[in-house]
Amino acid sequence: MARILLKGISKTFKDETVIQDLNLEIKDGSFTVLVGPSGCGKSTTLRMVAGLEKQSGGEIWIDDTCVNDTPPGMRDVAMVFQNYALYPTMTVRGNIEFGLKNRGVPRNERDKLVKDISEIVGLAPFLDKKPQSLSGGQRQRVALARAMVKKPKVFILDEPLSNLDAKLRNQMRTELIQLHKRLGTTFVYVTHDQVEAMSMGDEIVVMNKGAIQQADSPMKLYQDPANLFTAQFIGTPAMNIIDMQGMKGLNIRSDRPVGFIGFRPEQGLLNPDRPVEGLVLKGDILTRESLGAENIYQIRSDAGTFFVKTFLRPLEPADAVTVAVPHDQLYYFGPDGGRIYGAGMQERALIAGGAIV
Amino acid sequence: MTVWHKLRPYGMVAPAIIIFSLFFIYPIFYMIYLSFYDWNFISPTKTFVGIQNFVDLLSEPEFMQVLSNTTVYTVLTVTLTTALSLLLALWLNRGNFFYGIVQGAIFSPHIISLVSISLLWSWLMDPEYGLLNWVIGLFGFGKLQWLSHPSTSLVSLVIVAVWKGIGYNTLVFIAGLQSIPADIYEAASLDRSRPWTTFTKLILPMLSPTIFFLVIINMIGSFQVFETIAIMTQGGPVNSTNTLVYYIYEYGFRFFKIGYASAAGVILLVIVGILTIIYFKLLSNRVHYR
Ligand SMILES: Nc1ncnc2c1ncn2[C@@H]1O[C@H](COP(=O)(O)OP(=O)(O)OP(=O)(O)O)[C@@H](O)[C@H]1O
Ligand SMILES: [Mg+2]
Repeated sequence: MARILLKGISKTFKDETVIQDLNLEIKDGSFTVLVGPSGCGKSTTLRMVAGLEKQSGGEIWIDDTCVNDTPPGMRDVAMVFQNYALYPTMTVRGNIEFGLKNRGVPRNERDKLVKDISEIVGLAPFLDKKPQSLSGGQRQRVALARAMVKKPKVFILDEPLSNLDAKLRNQMRTELIQLHKRLGTTFVYVTHDQVEAMSMGDEIVVMNKGAIQQADSPMKLYQDPANLFTAQFIGTPAMNIIDMQGMKGLNIRSDRPVGFIGFRPEQGLLNPDRPVEGLVLKGDILTRESLGAENIYQIRSDAGTFFVKTFLRPLEPADAVTVAVPHDQLYYFGPDGGRIYGAGMQERALIAGGAIV
Repeated sequence: MTVWHKLRPYGMVAPAIIIFSLFFIYPIFYMIYLSFYDWNFISPTKTFVGIQNFVDLLSEPEFMQVLSNTTVYTVLTVTLTTALSLLLALWLNRGNFFYGIVQGAIFSPHIISLVSISLLWSWLMDPEYGLLNWVIGLFGFGKLQWLSHPSTSLVSLVIVAVWKGIGYNTLVFIAGLQSIPADIYEAASLDRSRPWTTFTKLILPMLSPTIFFLVIINMIGSFQVFETIAIMTQGGPVNSTNTLVYYIYEYGFRFFKIGYASAAGVILLVIVGILTIIYFKLLSNRVHYR
């Protein structure tokens, strides 16, 4: 178990700066997920923690040791690679015990560890096979077993599920969560899939362009995004954003200029039966997506195109609709994308998209 | 229409098959046929002698020495070429500054004609005026006789062959090394694998198809060495560099003992055939393939 501390980390490849002044604390025993769009530097961050990549500046601490100059093998970090990186010339057993052999673990102890671990991940029947003859899911388990058997302080997983099909991915997700509970080790997990991040992490770090946008618990991240990027990155469909530039007649109380207003699709009330105190938008339904318990509408209004999600309600047949968003469900952002707290709308003057209600 | 469809593939491969038959298959069978005859290349009559040519060959000490020369030459050339080019490839593969320069430099011998190479090395190895003796003289060593003495002549030819072959071999090794994904090395470093362990337990097994391929083609090539010998030593001094193909050439086209030369050719065919069979047998069983 270990706490990881990144202090002012930066990383430059040749003359391209990928990460700049990154500060992060990964709590002991947490399941921390790094999430962000492709190329934002998640893998790079992870690889620096593992020691596979040397940071250009800053310090990395694991517990009470600064590991800046510690080689990868000595950091007590185990990694599961996206493509598994299994040793193709070795059997499953050989793959799992390679790290133990290099540590000089005696044979009988090794055998016991391999046996235990292969039972946990369900590989016992395959120990003498080569990885090439295993399925994707089984290879994944070999990679996990190889990491687990070393009993590391930190587990690092870089998009370990991205090569699996949807069903297996769900199953492995659950297994990983259980594994984390059972081991209690610090897990650092990278994904670019926000659904995966939300369902697995107890701590989520949202990254963009080499900078941390927000690090919080999943619920906090969803309900209280610190900026426009997080707001739009987390949630399916993403938060609806209305650019204030095209909007006239909204009377907003705020001590800072407001650039954008946002609301979650499920907070938009479609054709409310009673008057709602809030933002009201009129528009036409472009598409209807019915997922059974929930329906998702894409609606075009003068304020732009946005999504509304309804639960346990019949599909709306009409094309022209009214959407109301209660005051307390509106998020305000500055022109730079930073969240503005304490802003509000003047009661009654609810004009949007040209409509007065 | 349907007839045409059926015939078309045969039509397409026919030119290749005809040329192959004319210049490869037919000569092989003709050689086997000739190996049972006594013929001087000119006279209209060939005398059937049964296996006499083979009996003569195998009881001829000169031929035994030729076989042993060829084997020594092949073993030395193949092991040295493979080992050195693997080392070179491991060094170059780290992508350092020298990479481009060295790669170009070591590959150039591969594209120079063997005749030029032979002449060049004959000068370099000249005992009186050669560059090599001058260089080792700088280090205070005495002159070597190189090609002119039976004790060093065969090794001198091996040096030339290694020098010529190392570029191509290194390039193939580099290609093999680059097909090993980088994350394998990373996983190994996280597994605390020491460089030597990584080399013996991971790199070598993963390179085994490459090593095997190179060893076999180098072996087959070395068994058929001819140009360097014809130009640099003509099999001498005192038969110390006479090898199988040169021996066949001499008996066939200088002494005009066609039957005898053909019998030696059949022996070469058998040796190369065995090597090829080993190649395919081992390839399917022993060598790691993904
Ligand atoms: N070895 C390298 N040399 C040069 N640039 C690199 C190298 N590795 C990564 N980069 C650059 O660093 C940036 C971040 O890469 P990184 O692999 O960390 O992204 P990521 O967040 O893991 O993306 P993905 O979700 O696609 O895996 C990218 O712009 C990439 O081009
Ligand atoms: Mg990545």
